[in-house]
Amino acid sequence: MGVGIKVDKLNAWFGKTQALYDITMEAPANHATAIIRPSGCGKSTFVRCLNRMHETVPDARAAGKVQIGELDVYNGTSAVQIRRRIGMVFQKPNPFPTMSIYDNVAAGLKLNGFHDHKRLDEIVERSLKLSALWDEVKDSLRKKSGASLSGGQQQRLCIARALAVEPQVLLMDEPCSALDPISTGKIEELIFQLKEKFTIVIVTHNMQQASRVAEFTGFFLLGKLIELDKTERIFTTPSDKRTEDYITGRFG
Amino acid sequence: MRTRFQQGLDDLRARLLRMGGLAEQAVDRACQAYIDRDLARCHMVLEGEFQINVAEREIDELAFDLLALQQPIAVDLRFILAVTKINSDLERVGDQAVNIAERAMDLVELPKAELPVDIPRMAAAVSAMVRRSLESFIEGKAELAQAVLEMDNVVDRMKDEAFITLVKTMNERPEVTRQALDALLVARNLERVADHATNIAEDVIFWVRGADVRHNVAPEPPLHQASTDTH
Amino acid sequence: MPETVTATTDFAAAPISFWRRSMNSLATFAAAASVLLVLLPLGAVFGYLVYKGIGSINWAFLTQTPKPVGEAGGGMANAIAGSAFILLIASVIGVPIGIGAGIYLAEYGRNQLGNIIRFTADVLNGVPSIVIGIVAYGIVVLSQGHFSALAGGVALAIMMIPTITRTTEEMLLLVPNAVREAAYGLGVSRWRTTLSITLRTATSGVITGVMLAFARVAGETAPLLFTAFGNQYWNWKINQPTAALSLQIFTYAISPFDEWHRQAWAGALILIVLIVFAVSAVRLVAGRGMLKGAN
Repeated sequence: MGVGIKVDKLNAWFGKTQALYDITMEAPANHATAIIRPSGCGKSTFVRCLNRMHETVPDARAAGKVQIGELDVYNGTSAVQIRRRIGMVFQKPNPFPTMSIYDNVAAGLKLNGFHDHKRLDEIVERSLKLSALWDEVKDSLRKKSGASLSGGQQQRLCIARALAVEPQVLLMDEPCSALDPISTGKIEELIFQLKEKFTIVIVTHNMQQASRVAEFTGFFLLGKLIELDKTERIFTTPSDKRTEDYITGRFG
Repeated sequence: MRTRFQQGLDDLRARLLRMGGLAEQAVDRACQAYIDRDLARCHMVLEGEFQINVAEREIDELAFDLLALQQPIAVDLRFILAVTKINSDLERVGDQAVNIAERAMDLVELPKAELPVDIPRMAAAVSAMVRRSLESFIEGKAELAQAVLEMDNVVDRMKDEAFITLVKTMNERPEVTRQALDALLVARNLERVADHATNIAEDVIFWVRGADVRHNVAPEPPLHQASTDTH
Repeated sequence: MPETVTATTDFAAAPISFWRRSMNSLATFAAAASVLLVLLPLGAVFGYLVYKGIGSINWAFLTQTPKPVGEAGGGMANAIAGSAFILLIASVIGVPIGIGAGIYLAEYGRNQLGNIIRFTADVLNGVPSIVIGIVAYGIVVLSQGHFSALAGGVALAIMMIPTITRTTEEMLLLVPNAVREAAYGLGVSRWRTTLSITLRTATSGVITGVMLAFARVAGETAPLLFTAFGNQYWNWKINQPTAALSLQIFTYAISPFDEWHRQAWAGALILIVLIVFAVSAVRLVAGRGMLKGAN
């Protein structure tokens, strides 16, 4: 089962430039929350702060409180430990090119020391089934490399890889922006099903996608959270004029 | 903003206003025809109905296309939905104007009778309501629309009084029963027009505020909102 | 409705001028000629070696040690083995250091120290091989008191390291950052990501770099002059002077004996063949190690 995410006064910087200002919000458990924002710098900064990926950029830092279930992200455990409990899917599908499909899915486990082969088989199968890829690849798990699949399949492979370590939260950074409409549709369908087991935060530049997939939507502008509400509210009667101007295409 | 879309919205607005003008004019003419016993004016109202119906169809088609092709959301979506509803109400106003004109035509055949009911005053109030509801749409101001909602009670009371007085008249002076009945029906038609004006006002409030104020249900507060300072 | 622009001249249908066509043919000819010019020396060298050396290659040559001066026959078996031995020592020393430095430069070296290391490697690359040989003599031979295969290995290793380092660095930098991020996102630590993911992705390129370095030092003579020194007999001890093919060729070539000249040609041919063989073999194995579809 997924857990809720609570963010309290999160700030983030790239060197001296501040990218996030006092973000406070909640993403409820077993729901999908979409983040929409006009294009500009620091697109994925917020989501990358949730699993401390932000820190992999030199000179970048973040401060504040992020609570994922019982896990206090910024206080106590190391960044590496945090990332083992949070799954992340990136904008451009990035399977490990030299590994087979099987090894890709198992990578998160194997690289962190888990080597029970029988259980690995089960986990790989379960993860591929969860990401609706099992039927298409079950006969060539160890023969085909991760990079030989189509774009949509690669992204589903990356989703399976993220799910294999059984995270409670899945962060998706514009997962469909590099995919064609059919693959996008399949992944949106997938997100809908995954909500039962996981909590999902999805950054998207496509507002129709946010409205199709997420129960809650947050609008960020220039590093601040302007409004967070139920998606139907945001898209029919947003409370803030800036939100309304953005979603109706008057800027951004 | 998307130019084609904006042009579509402007077009929709212009057409609705034109139709509003036609409907308002039809009601005024019909009432005047009743008061002056003017047969020519009655015919003008009957002939004008065709234009109103054509306008209604065109507005609905345009709104439909914009919805299908432009994926409007939030304020734009509310605007288009409001327009379709106002469209429908204006067409009914036109129908009521026709009904009033028909009563007027009937009355012309009959001898003039003194009736204790102030149709002109009621007609003036209703006409004001229609005009103000259309103004609130032009200006996009919810306060103007709110004022229209308040006037509805006044008109309702006028209609109830007219009902009581005219029934009494029919009992006391059976020879003017038909004239009284015509007057009663006109009062009823005017009250229906006022109801439509009220609907138009509610639709304007929905568009401007996003609040559904029909049937008196208060809207939900938002989950989270940033302060409106921009720095 | 925007006006459509009609073209006054239809560029697509105009015939290609004679001048452009002839320039095109000239360029194609020049390119083909360049390829031939490049292949010609290679072919000439190989051909001449075969011509001069093939007659002297026989079973005895490949299995016997050199005979004393004046006697006919004998071979370079110990030199072939000795070269392999010294190259093995050089690889064991040079490859880990080179790859390690390459990894440091690529993953952690975007700083002043990294720039210093890069500069040092480039300079080292340009140092004449004889100088490296003398340095190795000073460091290893003098402190040990005798010539040795180890000293030869050290000298060759010093020559291998810059090439391996730079190639490794470049190959690692070619690995897209997205791959590293995928590993970080899974909670893999940085060093583990570098070794298990980044390096693994760049394996093919890194091996090519190692092969380049290997091929370069395999035929070096000068660094071995004062380090391995050469040996007429078999030697498998790391601390003793050892024969090497290139040394043997040198010694025989400058000698006044025709018999030895003949054997020098044969040795040279063997040396070239072995290098080509070694490089091709590793290419094949490295290529087959990749999965279908991966680059």
